[in-house]
Amino acid sequence: MKNKTLDQYWNCNLRYLVILLSIWFMCSYGFGILFADSLNQIKLGGFPLGFWFSQQGSIYVFVLLIFIYVYLMNRLDQEFDVDEK
Amino acid sequence: MGIQTWTFLIVGITFLLYIGVAIWAKAGSTKEFYVAGGGVSPLANGMATAADWMSAASYLSMAGLISFMGYAGGQYLMGWTGGYVLLALLFAPYLRKFGKFTVPDFIGERYYSKQAQLVALICAIFVSFTYCVGQMKGVGVAFARFLEVEFSTGIFIGIGIVFFYAVLGGMKGITYTQVTQYCILIFAFTVPAIFISLQMVGNPLPQIGMGGTMEDGIYLLDKLNQLSVDLGFNEYTSSGMNDRVNMFFITMSLMLGTAGLPHVIVRFFTVPKVRDARVSAGYALFFIALLYTTAPAIAVFVRTNLLQTVSNKPYAEMPAWFSKWEESKLISFDDKNSDGVIQYVANPSSNELTIDNDIMVLANPEIANLPAWVIALVVAGGLAAALSTAAGLLLVIATSISHDLLKNYLKPNISEKGELRAARVAIAWAVLAAGLAGLNPPGFVAEVVALAFGLAASSFFPAIILGIFDKRMNRQGAISGMIVGIVFTTIYIWYFKPQLGGIGTPEGYWFGIKPEGIGTLGMLINLAVAVVVSRLTPPPPVDVQNMVENIRIPRGAGAAIEH
Repeated sequence: MKNKTLDQYWNCNLRYLVILLSIWFMCSYGFGILFADSLNQIKLGGFPLGFWFSQQGSIYVFVLLIFIYVYLMNRLDQEFDVDEK
Repeated sequence: MGIQTWTFLIVGITFLLYIGVAIWAKAGSTKEFYVAGGGVSPLANGMATAADWMSAASYLSMAGLISFMGYAGGQYLMGWTGGYVLLALLFAPYLRKFGKFTVPDFIGERYYSKQAQLVALICAIFVSFTYCVGQMKGVGVAFARFLEVEFSTGIFIGIGIVFFYAVLGGMKGITYTQVTQYCILIFAFTVPAIFISLQMVGNPLPQIGMGGTMEDGIYLLDKLNQLSVDLGFNEYTSSGMNDRVNMFFITMSLMLGTAGLPHVIVRFFTVPKVRDARVSAGYALFFIALLYTTAPAIAVFVRTNLLQTVSNKPYAEMPAWFSKWEESKLISFDDKNSDGVIQYVANPSSNELTIDNDIMVLANPEIANLPAWVIALVVAGGLAAALSTAAGLLLVIATSISHDLLKNYLKPNISEKGELRAARVAIAWAVLAAGLAGLNPPGFVAEVVALAFGLAASSFFPAIILGIFDKRMNRQGAISGMIVGIVFTTIYIWYFKPQLGGIGTPEGYWFGIKPEGIGTLGMLINLAVAVVVSRLTPPPPVDVQNMVENIRIPRGAGAAIEH
């Protein structure tokens, strides 16, 4: 495979990583820790929102992020014809 | 039937099951022994990874710990799950494509250096062994309590059982046994939680139930906040009094450490393809999340129940479980003002009740008056959690010795049969050594586990990530980074942990960071040193650069191969 396409593939991968890891950081460190106090003013049913992110929400987001990554990468692999036969 | 009979019955059946599975999945080759032949389905691998990951501590102690910490307990919940996102996105697919057996393999080859491999090898053995000693101790405690035998007898039973299936089955046997153990432990963990959630808020899903309303129409969490504040504790859900900097650093250190732990990483060598490695991390985290989202719910239920049951109640009216745990010294009541009533309050000088974190999960079914078989099930689940983690760790130690040390260093010409035999001998010795160390645990075992995470975060994490994402990273950079990271983290933890003989005091913490969170800083220092040194020294050889290009694309990943 030409290096040009390999670079494109890799850059696209890196872009996905940056986006997904920003969400990862925001939901855990952002909502769960740094902004937890202000979010706690908002209620989600019986949960103060900051508390919910720290003990429930961030974990759901983590699981989702991995499956989104898997979906994106499988599509990307096929697009650039580097998937496993 | 009584609790004791049920316990013997259920624990006995589950053990027969593990041994049966181990015999069925006996390993015949080194490849099967180290990475289960690279042929485990992603779903099974996900379950095995989850069982491997969730130790006796996750199962028995975590919910209790959270119930005492409240909001701040989130650092463990996020810290021990978020690392899997890093693993899935940054490590698993590339290491699978690389296609060797161990982390030191990768370090040695990527940095074209036997010294780098040796540094990684020593770290891997140290990290896994300290972690394993804690597990063996957990196994001993669990057996001792449930079979009502001495602690030492408990450990010997544990050694015997781990010995049998780890030595026989290798990675293949362990993987399939762990799948079985996962099913048992998650069933045992969630069933009582569902019962209690139904009792307290009428919702069968504990994750939602913890935010539900009680019979009187008040939100459970509001009620708990009120109860806590009345007794002088912090509001359960509030972060007001907590130390934000340390929560940040500890969470990060646990995440980076998770992603750098050799016994977790090696899991992603066992699946057939790169795409399987990616999705396998997703399954693993899903299975882990089932327990990790239930634990905080249990923490809320048990905390509320406990405060309602014991606080300001006459000692003489305590239920049977209270005196049972009192006998084993896990609850103690000291009637300071001699009024015969239990004062459980935040102020240590007037507080009369001391409760060990570890009993919350175990006592939970009894506090909620659940049937005897549920209590027995919780016991079997705890044993499954301890055994599966110990076995996975022992395998990493054995692989490090027989493969990395013996085959790569001392006796490169060793035959496949000889290597397999050496691996079995190594695992046998490792079980014994860890068991004996667990038998007479140096008081600092718990402290050393913090060190294990800190070291994994400050040594492996940057070395692997730079190896994949920075083509320019060379031997000089990686080695100097690892050494600086390890030395810094070790000294900091040692210096500020009086349990390890350190002389530092909390006033001396850098930026107020506790030793548990210092791995994060160690990682950053490692990263900075590695990047600077590598840019001042020659780039890595062309064939190494080609190798990095090659692991970045999935195509062409064979089964895990020999050298």
